Amino acid sequence: MIVFDQVQKSYQVGGEAVPALHPTSMTIETGEVFGIVGHSGAGKSTLVRLINRLEPSTGGRILIDDEDITHYSHAELRAFRRKVGMIFQHFNLLSSKTVADNIAFPMKLAGIYSATQIRERVDELLARVSLVDQANKYPSQLSGGQKQRVGIARALACRPTILLCDEATSALDPQTTQSVLKLLGDINRELGLTIVLITHEMDVVRRVCDRVAVMDAGRVVEMGPVSDVFLHPQHPTTRDFVFESESVDRDELQEDYQKAEGRILRLTFKGESTYQPLLGSVARESGVDFSILSGRIDHIKDTPYGQLTLSLVGGDLGLAMQAFEKADVHVEVVR
Amino acid sequence: MEGLLTNVDWVEIGWASWDTLVMVGMSLLFSVVIGLPVGVLLFLTGKRQLLEQPVAYAVLSFVVNVLRSVPFIILLIVMIPFTVMLIGTSLGVAGAIPPLVAGGAPFFARLVETSLREVDRGIIEATQAMGATVRQVIFGALLPEALPGIIAGITVTAITLVSYAAMSGVIGGGGLGDLAIRFGYQRFQTDVMVITVALLVIFVQILQMIGDRLVLYFSRR
Repeated sequence: MIVFDQVQKSYQVGGEAVPALHPTSMTIETGEVFGIVGHSGAGKSTLVRLINRLEPSTGGRILIDDEDITHYSHAELRAFRRKVGMIFQHFNLLSSKTVADNIAFPMKLAGIYSATQIRERVDELLARVSLVDQANKYPSQLSGGQKQRVGIARALACRPTILLCDEATSALDPQTTQSVLKLLGDINRELGLTIVLITHEMDVVRRVCDRVAVMDAGRVVEMGPVSDVFLHPQHPTTRDFVFESESVDRDELQEDYQKAEGRILRLTFKGESTYQPLLGSVARESGVDFSILSGRIDHIKDTPYGQLTLSLVGGDLGLAMQAFEKADVHVEVVR
Repeated sequence: MEGLLTNVDWVEIGWASWDTLVMVGMSLLFSVVIGLPVGVLLFLTGKRQLLEQPVAYAVLSFVVNVLRSVPFIILLIVMIPFTVMLIGTSLGVAGAIPPLVAGGAPFFARLVETSLREVDRGIIEATQAMGATVRQVIFGALLPEALPGIIAGITVTAITLVSYAAMSGVIGGGGLGDLAIRFGYQRFQTDVMVITVALLVIFVQILQMIGDRLVLYFSRR
């Protein structure tokens, strides 16, 4: 469990303290995939680096499994860092070492593993990230996705309990992003590893995270389970991210709304209700006519969801809304 | 042919070549042994680096700059008392080595600093995130990653030392430069001059070729 207790960070710029992270308190549970989303400069990069103290905090306490890491000595810090793997946007592999040597590197630095232990662990990790055939290649000979898989294998070498991902998929194409995210999901499930993932893409959060914190200008402005934050965003920044990820043009949307007649409702289905043939039966029972203005059926991690914006004309609107709510559909009146 | 190279004593040329080889080899060895740690220190104590130390950096940087800004021909003369103190003579092959190192080491130190700066900061950060000590960051990540650049730096330093070694002939340093000055210049034996210059050119070409090959071999980017 990672607990932030009034943690803050500021940089000294020309004798003046410029805050990068305002006092922040939050808890990341053991075994969850926790996303931190924000624009560049929002402070998410700083936040994640506070966890392994690549950046020292300037106030508050950071408790990891009930130990305050802000008071660690150099030696304690080094031992602690072995338990926290980290992967990066630009992979940061050593160009002078082969794939196998890159994966072995953290174990060699630790100085507590025998050559046999290292070899066995490297073989095991190569198999896990499906790079057995690339063991003796150099990073420059690999594709971006392969490089990130080496990064993941390297981060896992010393069997960490926490994995920090710093924009791990931002330099990858969509298809490779998908496979890397799947790998991260598998690792989280199979090893029970806590993953803290920072990204500027809401889509990445939607695919793998359990909970998410949205950051803006050095503050966490919204936090909660991904389905809540994603389907019912409260803060303007969160809304921007959600719209962005759905590639919705808000002006266009407003235009559509103006052309539509009657009431406009946004229905949110989650889980099993996504697959119910609800719209037809509600229309029949209440006598309302509907047209679909926009909609999306997708998954949040493993949960299916649907979000439809309808305009309703005629019939008994109250009855229709009752019927939706009875079927566990969240109804929001847009107009 | 006989008429063209009447003044050339090939045995003398052979010995002079050997002397140049020894001067360059020995001074290169000491330049690397001294310049490499100085270059690493320059890098580490620099702004926003692992062991940021503005005072240490300023002092080190100043010494390096002073040695580098003195023209080598002046350095040769200024160094004479020190060289005599160090090895008993300022003449011959042995006498030329201390000033050559004084010229070569700071030059190489700067090249090392530059090639270390070219190592991606992310790699240093990743290595620190693995729990590496500063020593492990230097020997495990920084130096291996900068190796091609450092080898290129050694090549450039070696070639600079060839020309410095030739200059040391002025104060009786020995080698091909000495031959060129004594015979080619002072006795107007143009053929000797041509041969020594040709040999120096060949020597530099060979050094550059070996250096380039090594850089290529160690580059994995």
